[in-house]
Amino acid sequence: MRRSFNRPDYIAHTILVLGVLLFAFPVWLVFAGSTQDSDAIMRGDLSLMPHLANLSVYPRVLLHGTMGTEPVWHMLLTSFGMAVAIATGKIFISVLSAYAVVFFRFPFRQTAFWLIFVTLMLPVEVRIIPTYAVMAGFGLINTFTGLWVPLIASATATLLFRQVFTAIPDELVEAARIDGAGPLRFLRDIVLPVSGANIAALFVILFVYGWNQYLWPLLVSTDPALDTIVIGIVKMIGQETQTDWSAVMATAVLALLPPVAVVVLMQRWFVAGLTEGEK
Amino acid sequence: MATLDIEGLRKSFGVTEVLRQIDLSLIDGEMLVIVGASGCGKSTLLRLVAGLEQPTAGRIVIGGRDVTAFDPSERDIAMVFQNYALYPHMSVFDNMAYGLRIRGLSRGEIARKVEQAAAMLGLDDLLARKPRQLSGGQRQRVAMGRAIVRDPKLFLFDEPLSNLDAKLRVQMRAEIRKLQRRLGVTSLYVTHDQVEAMTLGDRLLILHEGRPAQLATPMEVFEHPADTYVAGFVGSPTMNFLQGRLVQDGTAVALDAGPLVQLQGRRAGDAVMLGIRPEHLTPDAQGLMLAVDLIEPLGSETLVHGRVTGASGETITVKIAGAVAPVETLTVHLQADHAHIFDARTGKRIDPTG
Amino acid sequence: MDRRTVFNGRLLPVVLLLPQLLLTLFFFYWPAGEAVWSSLTTQDAFGQGWVFVGLDNFQDLFSDPLYLDSIVRTVFFCLTVSVVAISLALALAVFADRQIAGRGVYRTLLIWPYAIAPAMSAVLFLFVLNPRVGLLGRWLNRHGVAWDYTLNGSQAMLMVVSASAWKQVSYDFIFFLAGLQSIPRAVIEAARMDGAKGWRRFRTITFPLLSPTTFFLLVVNVVYAAFDTFGTIYALTQGGPGKDTETLVIKVFRDGVINQDIGSSSAQSVVLMLGVILITAVQFRFMGRRTLS
Repeated sequence: MRRSFNRPDYIAHTILVLGVLLFAFPVWLVFAGSTQDSDAIMRGDLSLMPHLANLSVYPRVLLHGTMGTEPVWHMLLTSFGMAVAIATGKIFISVLSAYAVVFFRFPFRQTAFWLIFVTLMLPVEVRIIPTYAVMAGFGLINTFTGLWVPLIASATATLLFRQVFTAIPDELVEAARIDGAGPLRFLRDIVLPVSGANIAALFVILFVYGWNQYLWPLLVSTDPALDTIVIGIVKMIGQETQTDWSAVMATAVLALLPPVAVVVLMQRWFVAGLTEGEK
Repeated sequence: MATLDIEGLRKSFGVTEVLRQIDLSLIDGEMLVIVGASGCGKSTLLRLVAGLEQPTAGRIVIGGRDVTAFDPSERDIAMVFQNYALYPHMSVFDNMAYGLRIRGLSRGEIARKVEQAAAMLGLDDLLARKPRQLSGGQRQRVAMGRAIVRDPKLFLFDEPLSNLDAKLRVQMRAEIRKLQRRLGVTSLYVTHDQVEAMTLGDRLLILHEGRPAQLATPMEVFEHPADTYVAGFVGSPTMNFLQGRLVQDGTAVALDAGPLVQLQGRRAGDAVMLGIRPEHLTPDAQGLMLAVDLIEPLGSETLVHGRVTGASGETITVKIAGAVAPVETLTVHLQADHAHIFDARTGKRIDPTG
Repeated sequence: MDRRTVFNGRLLPVVLLLPQLLLTLFFFYWPAGEAVWSSLTTQDAFGQGWVFVGLDNFQDLFSDPLYLDSIVRTVFFCLTVSVVAISLALALAVFADRQIAGRGVYRTLLIWPYAIAPAMSAVLFLFVLNPRVGLLGRWLNRHGVAWDYTLNGSQAMLMVVSASAWKQVSYDFIFFLAGLQSIPRAVIEAARMDGAKGWRRFRTITFPLLSPTTFFLLVVNVVYAAFDTFGTIYALTQGGPGKDTETLVIKVFRDGVINQDIGSSSAQSVVLMLGVILITAVQFRFMGRRTLS
């Protein structure tokens, strides 16, 4: 019944190629621009052919930054640290709480679950001001801790793990109990390895989530030393006059690279995890 | 190896009584099969013995040691699950070794025990594989292996063959029996399949709505079913029941369908059910008249399904050797010495009084 | 949802739950409570203490035409972004689901934009459409189109809608593709037996079967457009020119963080929370408790 491969499906190819170009074009444009002369860009002489001889702009922005920003390597490192901390932290506390809710019976179990679940409805954007006040109270303004800790409480991840853990057959728990495994041992030896694919998928999703944060770092940090790459690049384009455009474009490419690489390399896991988890 | 004693065991979930009163003793090396329809409490009984559930009342004693309050891992038992419950991320070797590792056995000892069990089960070449790379029968063996390596006092089997196809089931059934004999480990085996129950058990415990309906050897259960439930449960096709009344001072049954059946011995009672297996009905010129509904040829024999003509109208199955030509009606003779008499009200068996 | 077999112990589960609960308490419930409290109070004339004013802040808010404009604008923005992103993603997914050569490559090339930050999509769009630096922006101006989204409000709206929708397509694409793959092959084959082809088969069979996915995505896209696009809009237009691209979240940020109007911005936060709760309730009403079970 399958459509044969004999006659190419021209309509499908046309539409998909157009779709691919729609997404690739801006990125290509920025990459090509990064290798060209800033004044030429300013004059509008932007060519779509990259001048590969001018790749030196990359080490320059990496090491020195541009227009008074932190060096790009530092911003990348901040972003990376923040993304990894958020992903790891979220997974860690969500695994523990989901494990408690699924594998134990204790008073207020449902209450605890609902307390976490309700926060699904409160994205950080809706509670900007009061959260800032709380952060200030904890002395977390302008600290690296402030960049990630408040973002790791997560109903979504807890829900996902609760779903994954609930799907673990009762017999597996029983077999482990007969084998003599206690709760923590069961978590380490059976539950975590069995959920490995889900954890990997969630890591990708959360890494991207962490890397892409904008409003939160904008809010809790005014210290340029804590600028993430996303904050940095928006600062750069904010000054439209006298801008070193090729340096900005090179920074944009560098900012895109890590999350895109993670998504592409772990595509299979990530797609399965996304569609299973959030639905 | 050990004995198992269950005394006054009860289990309720909320207000629902699942097991009402179980008393049971297994001698060393015995295989007892617990059988019954789904929801009869057989799995609950097994899980109570395993320690996966806590009883509402009663004691469980394994090898003379009261383990009622013990954790599953402290009871020195091993369990084979219906879906095998293999750890999906561990190799066959690790699946078998896991319990031993937790017990803190040395590497060498673990390897020796696992290899020994693997050899016994023909798993030698599969030790490095993951469960998903195994066939159903192989997974079943690994589940067995995981039980064997532990040298437990008691094996618990929870419908271990029901996920296998028919042919493999017969083969594994024989293997489990041989292995259990060879190892001589006292075993409880839960199943809903009466053929499995008949072929595997030294004794059977038939559970009905949380109560023991009969505890006896397979042949005894077959030949002297304790009540209509057991009688209907054991044997295939299932036993026919005819309503009647004891007459002639309890030496004969007058069937509501007409014929009078002379019995051996004298029985006390009034309204009764006469049970007769399909193979003990033979076509004859005189006897019970059936309106035939369906004829099922099975090759070496044929099943004829019909209804008794007349007011009582019981559904009857007759098993006849060889082929049967299509007919509208059939008259069959009851082999009276194979008839079972049950009290119509209580369903209990009525044996001759003298 | 309940398991048959669980572990014993009272203390351990509490210890396991504690980190999550504490963080939730400090960073969700406390701020949310604070927002509700501030929205009901105002600082007294001397800046010394707080006066309870009931719903005054809300009354002020809803009698402010600028706020009402912002609500209408946000609704328009959310719906446009959602419809554009969903339609585009659905079209791409339908063709990517066909048995064609290179479909794996197509998929990867359509999925990677998931990794782009909302603020980054603004940066990319700037380089394409900025009237001075952008390739296309300059081209338009050279060919007689007066294109400048920094001055023209409608163009600015078009710009932020495009950049926001563009970034969301890959997310929707992933879900539609998964939805298409989960349609049982037998159903499609039965439709072929019945003679349903092409557009008709899509309209009468495929699309109805995808409706749970579509509805789910509609909710997710609306929430995305309402909140996550802060970075896109703030980086591109900062809500301008004038207030032409000022959505509710931009307004909360501007009133609270930049103008330091705590009472009003808290009331706005509360309104936003109620909005999200409403959307979630609608989602649960129509999707059943799918996320929960």
